[in-house]
Amino acid sequence: MRHMWLLLLAVIMTSGCATGAARPAREGGPAPTPAQAPAPTKPAAGESSSVDRPQYGSTYQRHPNPPVLIRNATIMTATGQEIASGSILLKDGRIVAVGAKVDAPADAVVVDGTGKFVTPGLIDEHSHLGVYAAPGTDAESDGNEATNPVTAEVWAEHSFWPQDPQIPLAIAGGITTIQALPGSANLIGGRSAILKLIPARTVQEMKFPGARYGLKMACGENPKRVYGQKGGPSTRMGNMAGYRGAYIQAEAYRRKWDKWNKDHQGDAPDRNLRLESLAEVLRGDIYVQNHCYRADEMANMLDLGREFGFRIRSFHHAVEAYKIRDLLAAAGTGAAVWADWWGFKEEAMDGIKENAALLQQAGVRVNIHSDDPSGIQRLNQEAAKAMYAGVRAGIPVTRDQAIRWVTANPAWALGLDSLIGTLEPGKIADVVVWSGDPFSVYSRAIQVYNDGWLVYDRNDPAHQPRTDFQLGQTPAAGGRNDR
Amino acid sequence: MIAFLLAQTIAITGGTVYPVSGPKVANATVLIRDGKIAAVGTGVAVPPDAARIDATGKWVTPGLIDGAGQMGLVEIGAVAGTREALLKGDTIAASFNVAEGINPASVVISVTRIEGVTTVLAVPAGNLVSGQAVLIDLAGNTIEEMLVKSPVGVVLNDSETGKDFAGGSRAALVERVRRVFRDALEYERRRAEFGRAQLRPLSASAADLEALLPVLHGQEPLIAYANRRSDIATALRLAREFKLKLVLAGAQEAWQIAGEIAGASVPALVEPLDNIPSYDALGVRYENAALLAKAGVKVALMETDTHNSRNLRQEAGNAVAYGMSWEQALRAVTLSPAEIFGVADRYGSLEAGKVANVVVWSGDPFEFTTGVEHVLIRGKEIPLKSRQTELLERYRKLPPNY
Repeated sequence: MRHMWLLLLAVIMTSGCATGAARPAREGGPAPTPAQAPAPTKPAAGESSSVDRPQYGSTYQRHPNPPVLIRNATIMTATGQEIASGSILLKDGRIVAVGAKVDAPADAVVVDGTGKFVTPGLIDEHSHLGVYAAPGTDAESDGNEATNPVTAEVWAEHSFWPQDPQIPLAIAGGITTIQALPGSANLIGGRSAILKLIPARTVQEMKFPGARYGLKMACGENPKRVYGQKGGPSTRMGNMAGYRGAYIQAEAYRRKWDKWNKDHQGDAPDRNLRLESLAEVLRGDIYVQNHCYRADEMANMLDLGREFGFRIRSFHHAVEAYKIRDLLAAAGTGAAVWADWWGFKEEAMDGIKENAALLQQAGVRVNIHSDDPSGIQRLNQEAAKAMYAGVRAGIPVTRDQAIRWVTANPAWALGLDSLIGTLEPGKIADVVVWSGDPFSVYSRAIQVYNDGWLVYDRNDPAHQPRTDFQLGQTPAAGGRNDR
Repeated sequence: MIAFLLAQTIAITGGTVYPVSGPKVANATVLIRDGKIAAVGTGVAVPPDAARIDATGKWVTPGLIDGAGQMGLVEIGAVAGTREALLKGDTIAASFNVAEGINPASVVISVTRIEGVTTVLAVPAGNLVSGQAVLIDLAGNTIEEMLVKSPVGVVLNDSETGKDFAGGSRAALVERVRRVFRDALEYERRRAEFGRAQLRPLSASAADLEALLPVLHGQEPLIAYANRRSDIATALRLAREFKLKLVLAGAQEAWQIAGEIAGASVPALVEPLDNIPSYDALGVRYENAALLAKAGVKVALMETDTHNSRNLRQEAGNAVAYGMSWEQALRAVTLSPAEIFGVADRYGSLEAGKVANVVVWSGDPFEFTTGVEHVLIRGKEIPLKSRQTELLERYRKLPPNY
């Protein structure tokens, strides 16, 4: 079923597949604004140009929740520690304390974590939730603006449907943050949306405050298949020429705007939404998130970044990344991979289960992504498969490294690692309580806290969000307690 | 090593054996001779010439059986030239038996078997009647060597996609199926007239009608892919009307009428990790397998992603996480599919006389920590090598040694 979905996407051209975001010079990027202060993408500069006005901002508000103390649990901090019989205190949306012994305020809700495990909220760097919503009709197929090979002007948030019934399923799998991406039909598919995975009426209420956009780029088979009979590109060399042509235009556009922003001489240059996104890549304010399977093509894309002065933040899918793990480590580019997907198309034929482990060993920032509404519900299991495949092959991977594959590392890929992805005092309280070891097939998320809010509780129907779409269906599905 | 591989008698000793047909046995021996299981138990005498596999501390189970996929019928999903499972131009493709489309040299086969799946159903796809599914072992140089049973049954696409081959309505789908079934029976009664072209035109070719007769006589199952509750009910209705031996597949909303399905003694092939709602099954949910088993339905599990048929054990583990007992789940990937596919006299459990498809695991087969230590298919040990293990070895050190 999952595979059929993938094939549908890949073959019919509505394909999912990695985004690409350009990587700026500054490591980690500017610290995004704290959660309570919804911020525009760029601060208003008092200019009259619409470019500088606050626009399309986040309206996210933290949901109130009493302080929560989870105690006597195994706490996997994703900072190198696994604390047996530890406690963690969440208050006002933040992690206040983590350790063997934690004092809690009198009004704290105490959760007995005996036998349970606690991890950071999981982060999926590559999702099409909301843009390829269930029930999977043409009417809800909003992920590929397949009308031009370069559509840097489209933004995934403007396709995103918050009532996608796949959202609560992913929440129940412990996901707290996603990057929702355009598909991979285009060379440059558009901007990604970095979203807090919570029930909401509008995408604005889900937008991660202060998060920078990603730009989806795609290598290989998909663009050349989609455009081969529609004016091109029809070859991989055509793909490369397409990216280069677009960034050459963006360089000129950026120069014009940078000059005008500096001296305000004459009329402002004309705005061009397509080139605006690309210029932001060149300025280092948008990350390139690059769907790319084959090793040789990733090497070409690293060259593209060098030509135009940006660093690709992360290669997505990257089934052959293990072949060039030295090049990726040297370039400081991350890799988002599946545990074991392969064979559904030619550029996926060389996938091996040890990919993530080999990348980890080489010092590449690896994460396990889903690209799939089913896989997103068990990123912990996928990380487990990839970890143990490595260990069995004699490639050392620690549990902490593997939990970072679905927490701290994707947080880095999104530029949010100062805010989420680990369990440390001061970080946002995105926390999952698991029924047991999250690397066991038998464990399930039993509580999910997003920004300190109990958004999901497997044992309490009052904390099992359902979308509008799911109402009125009888009998109710979705794992309710009617067994 | 070569001598070992060719050994006719192999003893797997010291492991905890899960025969499936009975309770687990600690520190037991599985004795294999000439491709068959000769004995299982604690008091088994090991002949001096037997090759030994030390399974101390290991778990020993039957090879897993995946009741789905297109193994050998697709090499690369997106490359049409490597796909053999869909017959174009015949919506009632009952005579389309996929066996001779199977490629024994497919690299997917070794990737799959070295992770403990030893037998799979190769299933035709698409159309209204898709064709005939066959059961194969994942070893052999020829189709003949691989085949376990052909055909296993005729596949009906009783779903949203199936109706496209019947005018676009579920009502037309079932009426079209009825007409074809009736024509098959009429064809059987009046073969001579058909041969003299004295019979009215029938709604399918003679070959397809002929192929339906074993189904209509209850000798072969009709494997109905149906997900919506109403589609499942349709399949049950057809089975009652024509006295068919029915097997449900997909069956995503089956949990809603589990009692009725159990009452009709109809088994179900389900994929535990299906839970993405579509208009073909808005009520799909993870608990389906468990709820069916609880109601008394015989359940076999599927992993429909051919290239990751090896994840059948992850499907089984998740079925347990969502309510199946561990023993039920093991049965649902071994003996139950063997029973449903009509080969339980030869497959599905570790019992004397059965085909020696045996897996030695480092631990619980459903857990991610567990690896496969030995795989035997038809009594021969399979080298734990695949194209993927070769890629790993080539790229273990950079630059690779070409």
